[in-house]
Amino acid sequence: MKFKYILPILFIALLSTACSSDDDNNDTPPVISEVDGLTKIQDIVNNNHTIEMWSESGQFNTGYNNVSIRIKDNTNDTFFEDFTINWMPVMQMPTMQHSCPYSVITKASGRDTVYQGNVIFQMTNADGSGWSLTFNYTINSVDYTVTDTIEVMQNFNQNVTSFMGSDNVKYVLALIEPQEPKIATNLLKVGLYKMESMMSFPVVEDYTITLDPRMPGMGNHSSPNNTDLTYRSFDGIYQGNLSLTMTGYWVLNLKLMDEMDTVLKGEAVTVDNPQSSLYLELEF
Amino acid sequence: MVKYILFSLGFLFSAITFAQELEEATVEKDTTQLEEVILIGERKLSNYRQEKTLSSIDEYLEKSNKVSMIKRGNYAWEPSLNNMDSQRLAVTIDGMQIFGACTDKMDPITSYVDVSNLEKVSIGSGQEGTENGHCVGGGIDLQMPQSKFNGTGLKSSVDLGYETNGNYKIAGLELEYAGNRFYINADGIFRKSDNYDAGGNKEVLYSQFQKYNVSIQGGYKLSDNHVLDANIIYDKATDVGYPALPMDVSLAEALITSLTHTYKNDSTRIKSWESKLYFNTITHIMDDSKRPDVPIRMDMPGWSDTYGFYSKATLRENKHSLLVNVNGFYNRSLAEMTMYPNDSNQPAMFMYTWPDIKTLYTGIYLKDAFALADDKTISASTRFGYHNNSIDNEVGLESLQIFYPELSDSKSRFLMSLSADYQVKKEKYDATFGVGYGERAPSVSEGYGFFLFNSFDNYDYIGNPNLENEKALEANVAANYYVDKFKIGFETSYFYLTDYIIGEVDESLSAMTIGASGVKTYNALSHASIFDFYVNSTYDISEAFSINGTVGYNYGRGSNSENLPFIKPFSYLAEINYTRDMFNVALQLDGNGNQTKYSSYYGENETASFAILNLNLGNIFYIKNNKIVLKYGLENILDTNYSTYSDWNNIPRQGRNFYMNLSFVIN
Repeated sequence: MKFKYILPILFIALLSTACSSDDDNNDTPPVISEVDGLTKIQDIVNNNHTIEMWSESGQFNTGYNNVSIRIKDNTNDTFFEDFTINWMPVMQMPTMQHSCPYSVITKASGRDTVYQGNVIFQMTNADGSGWSLTFNYTINSVDYTVTDTIEVMQNFNQNVTSFMGSDNVKYVLALIEPQEPKIATNLLKVGLYKMESMMSFPVVEDYTITLDPRMPGMGNHSSPNNTDLTYRSFDGIYQGNLSLTMTGYWVLNLKLMDEMDTVLKGEAVTVDNPQSSLYLELEF
Repeated sequence: MVKYILFSLGFLFSAITFAQELEEATVEKDTTQLEEVILIGERKLSNYRQEKTLSSIDEYLEKSNKVSMIKRGNYAWEPSLNNMDSQRLAVTIDGMQIFGACTDKMDPITSYVDVSNLEKVSIGSGQEGTENGHCVGGGIDLQMPQSKFNGTGLKSSVDLGYETNGNYKIAGLELEYAGNRFYINADGIFRKSDNYDAGGNKEVLYSQFQKYNVSIQGGYKLSDNHVLDANIIYDKATDVGYPALPMDVSLAEALITSLTHTYKNDSTRIKSWESKLYFNTITHIMDDSKRPDVPIRMDMPGWSDTYGFYSKATLRENKHSLLVNVNGFYNRSLAEMTMYPNDSNQPAMFMYTWPDIKTLYTGIYLKDAFALADDKTISASTRFGYHNNSIDNEVGLESLQIFYPELSDSKSRFLMSLSADYQVKKEKYDATFGVGYGERAPSVSEGYGFFLFNSFDNYDYIGNPNLENEKALEANVAANYYVDKFKIGFETSYFYLTDYIIGEVDESLSAMTIGASGVKTYNALSHASIFDFYVNSTYDISEAFSINGTVGYNYGRGSNSENLPFIKPFSYLAEINYTRDMFNVALQLDGNGNQTKYSSYYGENETASFAILNLNLGNIFYIKNNKIVLKYGLENILDTNYSTYSDWNNIPRQGRNFYMNLSFVIN
C-alpha cells in the first residue's frame, strides 16, 4: 500500500533531478601573466635591448594587427615598465617605398611592461617579404632606435582593401572586428584611412559606410538587422551591426560615402551585380 | 459494481469521437470487448470501414472522419484533426509526450510506433483531447496494451503482407506469454516498399521506405492490486523517400521507454491509480545524397529527447466519476543544418535550426462526469499548467537575437483549458453538446525555428519567441437518430481561434534557401474560424448487408479574410458491406469535391475533385485452436490518378493496388 504513495514522489524526484543543469564553477583564480594568451611574433634585437612583439596569432598578416610590445634589458633579462616608443612600418617596392596605417603605441591597460599598438598592412609579397619595422624609443631620456625586416603573410580572405575613390583619393579600408565572428549580431569595426602621402595614412572622419553582407555560396542571400557603419570620433573607427545567420563564407558588400553622401566607392548589390567593388570577406 | 466501473470507463472514453458511434457498445459490454471495439484492426473482421490488419497507423487514423493525413510521401504522414495539424494537437503515446526531431515535420510521432505496439487510438476532438496536454484542435493518444495476467500461457502470431503497388512487403512476429503473475510480449515488424505508382502507372520517384519496429513489454503483478509494467519500443526507419520535399531521410530512429505502476481496486474510492515514468529519444537525419539535382548539398540532423511522468487516478463517489491526471515533461529539441557550397574552397555553412530549446511543462487535469440520470450525463474538465521554454545554447540564443535583439533565454507561460459537455442517451436518439476554451503554447518551430524551409509555400520560416498563446473557443454538437435499421447522425464543431499562429511574409528579410520566394516569420492573426460538419448514416438492409455513408463539409478563414490552408473540401464516403462470421466484403467509394476554397495566399492551389473505388475482403479460418485471418482487396480499382488537398505539393496518391494481409494466430 505504501508503494502507491512512494512511487509518484519517486517519479517527481527523478524528473527534477533529470532537469537540473550542471553549472561548472571554475573556482581556480586565473594566473595573470603580462603576455598571457599571446604568441610571440618576433624579437628585434639591438646592442642593449630586445624588443618583443606579441599577438594572438603570433604572426603579422595583411590587414589589421593588434601588436603587444615589451622591451627587455639584455643585461639582466628584466622588462622596462616605463618608456615611450613609436614605430614606422615601411614596404620596399621595386621603385619606391611606402608605409601603411598604424596607430601610436601606448601602454596596455592593466599591464606593467606591455605596450600596445596596431598596424594595418594593406599588401605583402607572396613570400611574406618586403616589410621592415623601425622602432624609435626612449628609456630614461636616452633615445634608441632599431630596425629589422618582418614577415607579413597574406591573409586568406580580403580583410583589407586599398582603392581609389571617385574623388581621386586613395583609401585603405580594413576590418578590425570581429576577429572571431559568431552566428549572431556581431559588432563590425572598420578602419578607414586616406593615403595622404607614401608615408602618411590619417584616419578619415565622418564618412558613412553602408553594409550588405551576402553569402555567395548560398544564393547570395543577405541577413537582417544590419546597420550602416558610422564614425566614432573617440576611437577613430567606423562601427555598425553585422548579422551573420550561419557560419561559412560571407562577403561584406560596402559602399563608401562622404559627408555629402556622395558615393566614393562601391555599388548596391542587385541580381545583376552580385558583389560591390568595395568589399571585405569573412570566413568562420 | 462492475457495471458502475464500466459506466465510468464509458464516460472516460466518451470524449473519443471515434467511439461516438460505438459508445453504445462500450458502455454495456465487458472490458475486453471494449478494447476490441476500438482495436487497431488487428485480426478482427470489422463490419465497419474495412481495414487491413497490417495497415500503418497512418492509414488507420485516416479512417476517422475528423482526421486527415498530410502526406509528404508514402511514409510518416502527419495527422490533422479538425483541420488543425500537429502543433495544434496533443499527440501522445500512452499518455507520454514525445516530439518529432524533424524541423520540417517529416517525422510525426505516429511514425515512430506501429500497429503491433498499440491496442487502440483515442481521439479527443478539441478540448476533449486535453487529458495529456494542451491543444486547440484535439488530442490523439496512441494507447499500448496493458499486461494480461490471465494465465493463457504462450501465444504467438505471424503476420505477412504484400501489396503489388510499390512491391510493398510486410512481415511481423509476435510472441506473448501470460502467466498468473508475469506477462511478457515481444513483437517485431518489418516494412519495405519501393517507389509506388500513381494512377496510370506513373512511378512516383523517392517514395520508397523501409522500417522495422521491435517492442518488448513486460508486466509483473506485485499483488492483487498492484502491477508493474515496463515497455520498450525501438523503431528505426531508413531510406525513406519524400517525393514532395527536396530531401529524403536516411535515418529516423526512436527509442521509447516507460515504467508504469498501476493500482486497481474495485472496493475503494480510488478505482485506479496509474503512474508512469518515461523517457524517449529520437534521432532524425535528413539526406539529399540520392537526389541528382540540388542547388546545394546539405545535412540536417535533429534530435529530440523527452523525460516525463504522469500519475492519474480515477475516483468514483456517488454519481461522480472523477479523473485526475498530474503530468510533467522536459524536452530538449536540437536541430542543425550544414550546407556544403558548390565551391569547395568555401567552408561549410552551419546553423542551428532549432537552437537547443528546452521545454519544461507541469500541469494537472481534472475531469468529472456527473450522472444526472441514467440517460443524462454532464461532464466538465479542466487542465492548467506551467510551460517554460529556454534556449540553453549560447550560439542559438545569439542566432535568434539577430532577429529579436531583446530576446531573453527563457520564457514562461501559463496555459489553461476548460470544457463542459452534456450528453443525452435515449433509445431513439443520443446527443452531445459541448463547449470549451483552450490555449496552447507555440511549438518549437513557431517560437524558435531558424530558417526552416517550407517547400509547400516556398518560404523560409523564422520563429517568433514573442508569440502569445493561441486560444480557442469551441462549441460542438453531435447527435444520432435511430429508426429501426436506419441510423442517421451528425457531428459538427466550430472553433473560434484568437492569436491564430501562422507565417506572414516579412518583405525586409532575404531568403536563405536557394530558390525560396522569401521569408515568413510566425505571427498571429487576430482571429480565425474553423468549422466542420459531418453527416453519417447507416442502413442495415439485412443481418449481413449494410450500407453506410458520410459526407463532410469544412470551412476555415482568418481575420485577414483569407482562407486558411489545409481545410478539407467537401468529402464523401459510401460503403456497402456484406458481413458473415467467417467472411466479409465491402465496396467503398471515397471522394472529395473540388477544392474551391483553397488558400492561394498561403501557397495552396486548387485541388481537383476525385473519387476512387476500393474493394476489401476478409476471411477467417480456424484450424483447431489456431486462427488464420486473411484480408485482401483492391484499392483504387479504376487506377485513378489523383491527389487530395492534403498532399504536399500535390504529389499523386497510389494508383491501383492489390493487397493481401495474412495473419496466423497460434495458441
